[in-house]
Amino acid sequence: MRAASLSVLTAVATAAALTAVTGCTEKSKGDGDAAIKVTAADSTCDTSATSVPAGQVTLNIENKGSKATEVEILFPDDRIVSEKENIGSGTKYTLTAEVKAGSYEIACRPGMKGHGVRQKLTVTGSGAVAKRNPQLDKAVADYREYAQEQADATIPKVEVFAAAIKAGDLKAAQDAFAPSRVGWERTEPIAESFGDIDPKTDTRADGLEKGQKWTGWHRLEKALWQDKKIGNEEKALADQLVTDLKDWQKRVGKAEITPTSMANGAKELLDEVATGKVTGEEDRYSHTDLSDFRANVEGAQKAYELLKPVARKNDKALTTELDKQFAALDALLDKYRTGRTSDGFVSYDKVGETQRKELSDAVNSLAEPLSKLAAAVVK
Amino acid sequence: MTETQEAATSEAGNSKNPSRRSLIGWGGAGLALGAAAAGGAVAMTRVGDDAAPTAAETGAAVAFHGAHQSGIATPVQDRLHFAAFDVQTEDRAEFVRMLKDWTEAARRMTAGKAVGEGAYGGLAEAPPDDTGEALGLKPSRLTLTIGFGPSLFAKYGDTFRIGDRRPDALVDLPQFAGDALDKARTGGDLCIQACADDPQVAVHAIRNLARIGMGKVNIRWSQLGFGKTSSTTPDAQTPRNLMGFKDGTRNIAGTETDRLKKYVWVDGKDVAGKSDWMTGGSYLVARRIRMHIETWDRTSLQEQEDVFGRDKGEGAPVGKAKEHDEPFLKAMKPDAHVRLAHPDSNNGITILRRGYSFTDGTDGLGRLDAGLFFLAYMRDVRKGFIPLQRKLSAQDALNEYIQHVGSAVFAVPPGIRDKDDWWGSTLFSEEA
Repeated sequence: MRAASLSVLTAVATAAALTAVTGCTEKSKGDGDAAIKVTAADSTCDTSATSVPAGQVTLNIENKGSKATEVEILFPDDRIVSEKENIGSGTKYTLTAEVKAGSYEIACRPGMKGHGVRQKLTVTGSGAVAKRNPQLDKAVADYREYAQEQADATIPKVEVFAAAIKAGDLKAAQDAFAPSRVGWERTEPIAESFGDIDPKTDTRADGLEKGQKWTGWHRLEKALWQDKKIGNEEKALADQLVTDLKDWQKRVGKAEITPTSMANGAKELLDEVATGKVTGEEDRYSHTDLSDFRANVEGAQKAYELLKPVARKNDKALTTELDKQFAALDALLDKYRTGRTSDGFVSYDKVGETQRKELSDAVNSLAEPLSKLAAAVVK
Repeated sequence: MTETQEAATSEAGNSKNPSRRSLIGWGGAGLALGAAAAGGAVAMTRVGDDAAPTAAETGAAVAFHGAHQSGIATPVQDRLHFAAFDVQTEDRAEFVRMLKDWTEAARRMTAGKAVGEGAYGGLAEAPPDDTGEALGLKPSRLTLTIGFGPSLFAKYGDTFRIGDRRPDALVDLPQFAGDALDKARTGGDLCIQACADDPQVAVHAIRNLARIGMGKVNIRWSQLGFGKTSSTTPDAQTPRNLMGFKDGTRNIAGTETDRLKKYVWVDGKDVAGKSDWMTGGSYLVARRIRMHIETWDRTSLQEQEDVFGRDKGEGAPVGKAKEHDEPFLKAMKPDAHVRLAHPDSNNGITILRRGYSFTDGTDGLGRLDAGLFFLAYMRDVRKGFIPLQRKLSAQDALNEYIQHVGSAVFAVPPGIRDKDDWWGSTLFSEEA
C-alpha cells in the first residue's frame, strides 16, 4: 500500500461523466405508474417493461424463488446504479433510483452471487448520452467481475488467518498471512479508490498518520514475526480485519472503473512493486514480499489482457512489447518459487542485491511501456 | 535579447520543435561545426559587437555532429553525470533501434530541445515523452558521448554479431596495486558521459536516455561530478581538485590538433580489418578515486606539496615560479605525483584528462565520500593508462591518501557524421 492513497481511479472515473448518478432505496413507496414489476426466481428474472422515461424509476420486486436474491440496476459496464441485497424467498421489496437516459440492465442474482439473470432496460429522455464502446464496456464489466471474484475468494482465506490468530497458533497464522493478501494485492487500485478501507487494512508502520491507530495486516505481521506474540489486542484486530475486508467485498461492485482507470491501475500495481516490494519494505517482518509482488503483476496482467483487444488495434507495437515484458517478468518470478506446485516464494531477505537489481530492471522494463497503455486504449 | 523574447522562446521550448532557449546565432554554431570536426572546438556565439562572451557564459549549444564525438576535445564543462549501462535485450535489431532512438534524443537535447513530443501538451492519458526538468534552461554546452565496454563484446559478441570486431586495444584493465574495486561501481556494457555547465541539464539527459533504454539496457552505476578537475583550455585558469591542488596543467588542449591526433584519436592504421569502425574514435578510462579527505587535511603543507611536486598556491613545479614553467623533475621527490606521471618520465605517454570532483555525501563514519572521478581519453589504453597506472599504483606518494574504488574502460566510436547517422553505426552496420 502507499502512505497516501491515490485517487486516480476515482478522479478519472468522475471525469468520464457517466450517464446516471444517484441511487437510493426506500421501503414500500407504493406502486406508481412508472413502476416496473420484477419477478425474480431461481433461474428467471422477468420485468414488466424494457423502457421507461428518465427520472425516478421504481422496481417492484418479488422473489418467487427458493433462495434469497439480489436485484440491481447496472450501467453497461456493470457498475451498480442501485441495488437491494438479500431479498428473502417469498418476500417483496420496492427499489427506487434516479436514473438518467441511457442503456442499463436489471440483474437478479439468485443466491446473491454470480453473473445473475439479466434484462435490458432503456431509459429514454433528453440529455446527451455519452457514446460508448461496447468492447471497452465488456472489458470493464469483466474486470469488475474479476475484482469481485478476488474479493470473494479472499474472505475465506482471511478468515483462516484470523482463526489462527484467535487460536493463538503463531505458525498457522504465519502460514496464512501471505495467502490472505493475494486477492487484495491483485486488485489493490480498486480497494484504494474507496479511500477509507486501505488505511484500515494495509497501512505500514511508516504510513501511519498522526493519531491513526495501526490496524490491519501489517500490524498483525509485526506481532507474528517480530514480537512473536499473540495477545487479546491482536485477536480483536484479526476480527476487525475480516470485518473491514467484508466491507471491501461488498463495495467492489460500486467501484468506479473506466478503461483508463483499469490501464492506470495496472501501471499503479507495477508502481507498487517498484517502490514497495522490490525494496522489501512492504512485508518487512515476514519477508513475503514476492507473494505480493506476484499478485500485483497478475492483477496488472489481468487488466491488460482485458484491454488488449482494443489496445492492439491502436498500437500493435505496444502490445507486442507488453506481451514480451509480462512473459519475461513471469519467468523471472518463477525462479523464486519454493516448489513447482507451491504458491510460496523464497523469503525476500534471502534475495541478494544483484537479484533485486534484476527484478527491479524487469519491473522497469514492463512498467515503462505499461504507462502507455491508457493512451493506447482511449486513442 | 530582451527578457520578453527570452520568456517567449523558452515558452516555445516544449512544442513540437522546441528549443530550451532560442539558440542565439545558430549560424555561429554552424560555423563552429567545421571547427569541431577538425579539432573539437566548441560552438561559440556572439551576442553583441562589443563583447565576445564564452560559450559557457551564453549557455550555447555544442555541435553534436562532427568527425569525433563531442565531449572529448570540447572545452570541459562544469558538471558531469556519467552512467554505465548493462544490456538486457538479446535482440540485435532492438538494441540498434534503441541506439538510433538515443541518438535522436541526444541530438535534440544537446541542441536544447525537449525529447520526442515534449514535456507537456500531449495526450492527457499518456506520460509525457520528456521529463521536463530542463524546460527553460539553456543548452548549457551539453555533450553526450557514448562508449562500448569490453563486456559488450564478451557477452553479446555472438548475439549482436560483433564478436570479431572487438578492437585489440579494448582490453580489460588489469588489477593494479591498491585497487579496492566495488563491483557495483565497476564495468558496464556501454556508457554515456553527459557534460554540461548546468547540472540539471546533464542529469536530465541521462535520466531521459535511461528511460528510453528501459527494457533494452539498464543502469549499472552512475556518477555525478560537480567540478571539473582538468581543463582543455590552457588559457583558462587551471581547476583545482579536492586536495586543493591545480590539476592537469599540461593537459591536451582542444585546439592542439597535432597532440589530439597523436595521443587521443584512433588512427585508421591502429585498427585495420574488422575493428576499423573505431577510426576517429578514442578509448575512455573511468576510475572512481576516493580521497581520504580528513587525513589529507591533517597533512602538513610541506608534505602536501612534496606529494604533488608543485606548490599549493601557484601550482608551480618544485623550484619554479609559475604554474606553466617547464618542471625540473629531478628536483622533485622520487615519489612525487607530478614527477611520476609526467610524460618525460614515461616515454612521452600522454592522455587527455577530463575528470570531475565528486562528493556523494558522507559515509557511515562521517567521512566525506569524495574524490576524483577520473576520466581520460587516449588512443590506446595499453600504451596510455595501463603503463602509467602500473607505475603510479606502485610508487605514487599520493596513494597514501587515495583509493581506486571503481573502474571501467570503453571504446568510444567516432563522431556522428550528420542527421542520418547514429551512435554505433560504424560498429553495427553489417555492410561496413
